Amino acid sequence: MKTILFIIQKEFKQIFRNKAMLPIIFVLPIMQIVILSFAATFEVTNIELAYIDNDKSTYSRELISKFKASNYFTINGELSSAKQGFDAMQKGEIDVFIEIPSNFERQLIKEKEIALSIQIDAINGASAGVENAYINQIIQKFNAKIRAELMPVIPKSKGLKRLELTPSYWYNETLDYKTFMVPGIIVLLVTMVTFFLSGMNIVREKEIGTLEQINVTPIKKYQFIIGKLFPFWVLGIFILFFGMNIGRFLFEVPLLGNPFVILLFASIYILVFLGMGFLISNFTDTQQQAMFIAWFFVVIFILMSGLFTPIESMPSWAQKLTEFNPIRYFIEVIRMVMLKGSGFQDILPQLIKITVYAIVMNILAVVSYRKVS
Amino acid sequence: MKDQNIIQVKNLTKKYGDFFAVNEISFHVKKGEIFGFLGANGAGKTTAMKMLIGISKPTYGEATVAGFDVFKNPEKIKKNIGYMSQKFALYDDLTVNENIIFFGGIYGLKRKIIKHKTKELLSYLGIEELGKTLVGSLPLGVKQKLAFSIALIHEPKIVFLDEPTGGVDPITRRQFWEMIYEKAHQGTTIFVTTHYMDEAEYCDRVSIMVTGKIEALDTPKKLKEIYKVDSMNEVFLKLARGE
Repeated sequence: MKTILFIIQKEFKQIFRNKAMLPIIFVLPIMQIVILSFAATFEVTNIELAYIDNDKSTYSRELISKFKASNYFTINGELSSAKQGFDAMQKGEIDVFIEIPSNFERQLIKEKEIALSIQIDAINGASAGVENAYINQIIQKFNAKIRAELMPVIPKSKGLKRLELTPSYWYNETLDYKTFMVPGIIVLLVTMVTFFLSGMNIVREKEIGTLEQINVTPIKKYQFIIGKLFPFWVLGIFILFFGMNIGRFLFEVPLLGNPFVILLFASIYILVFLGMGFLISNFTDTQQQAMFIAWFFVVIFILMSGLFTPIESMPSWAQKLTEFNPIRYFIEVIRMVMLKGSGFQDILPQLIKITVYAIVMNILAVVSYRKVS
Repeated sequence: MKDQNIIQVKNLTKKYGDFFAVNEISFHVKKGEIFGFLGANGAGKTTAMKMLIGISKPTYGEATVAGFDVFKNPEKIKKNIGYMSQKFALYDDLTVNENIIFFGGIYGLKRKIIKHKTKELLSYLGIEELGKTLVGSLPLGVKQKLAFSIALIHEPKIVFLDEPTGGVDPITRRQFWEMIYEKAHQGTTIFVTTHYMDEAEYCDRVSIMVTGKIEALDTPKKLKEIYKVDSMNEVFLKLARGE
């Protein structure tokens, strides 16, 4: 026990003395949480829209004015031909253009039906999807209005009943993306700081030769590992606390559940990444190698965590893979507790999985750490 | 007489694939002796030493260090030895005092004893005023003397020095060897590898390794007689060149 204290004391001294490390620990998390929370949004605004009005009728102008009135679109201008539209899209000047056919109004009145051509730049598939949804919404509304104007004569009893959906959004009524993103970003911060710093730290001792010096002492493996990892566990908890406070007071993300449930989960979750960091450092000789391997895992874990893209929309084999992704569980838990107010019972399945993960990782780390080569 | 041999090695071998880094070496070191372990770069000195200090497992052979078997009890050996590597292995970002506390601590010394030892050590090295200086900013010579003293902080029976004087000036080297002599007089066994042949002359006995094997082992005086030369340097050149 005393030996462990000597190691912990030394680690803390080194962490706080390292001029390059301090900003990583204190400044970067604040910057990341502020920048990412404002920037990582799913809303698409300022969509550059151009149109070709071959009809120049009251209805065609009315449709265009609907787009003008929307907050999402910026009217880029009127085009003379589709070719001009494609050229502009090629150059990246416009995102969308609409072509209104020449018999738009007449057809609409006569046939009650008309086809519009809409071209969307889909270089970014996600935003193209969102743009399509916005355009559809506007056209639907326009449609409803026209119907009302053109078919008032049909008696109500005989007329088709229109089905209207009014969704109400639970746990995030206003669909504020910050409410959704901030908890996830806190998870990323805790993960990266604990994973990278612990992994790098041990490899660094290998590089400068002090690990060999430690291996010729009678120190026990568990003493060394606990002494080495405990300081980073403390840092991880600190960053969690720090991030949650920024989330609450700067972004007004609600905290409906018990923060101690999050703390409990995080305490075990951090052990997963400390073990993994240690494991990587056992199989690498330089910080460069360790960094590269750690990045490889972190990128996969983040992209498959459900933070940016919902797990439900992944192919089923990928969904199965996310079962092995610790970041996924923490993001689920932190969102559940903060936004839904879930309690200990609700997060138990995730807690059990992460505990097993932590045990496995740390056993592997202890077994693969060898004082004798 | 047998218990006087603090290190006993018989046919000790380390193989990497088909390559014999250390090829069936046998020797013994007596208590309180300064034993020089010479050889060209890549001759296998460091590998052999690493097997003796319990951080590299021998492929086969026998060895006991301080009465413990290198296969069965490497951790017990570690309690009884000190080690100073050719890579300078103190923490540059810790102060002199903090390094002493840390290494004393992991050898299991009590804080009170460490405090006392720190004082003793600093005054012995004549650097009382440098206790709160970062080790990284010390001159190389001071660092090396400090590393040697820290390797001895738990009063080991044997201290292993792997090229301890690489890169320091002749005066510091001289002072360093005076420290070694003093410790040997107090009964500590010194096992030292070096490139400097003048240092080999300071040893009680030296062994010379060539491509994994010990080619010669005796007192410097005897070796010079056998090879009919005037200095250890010439002995070494004769052996290393295979003449």
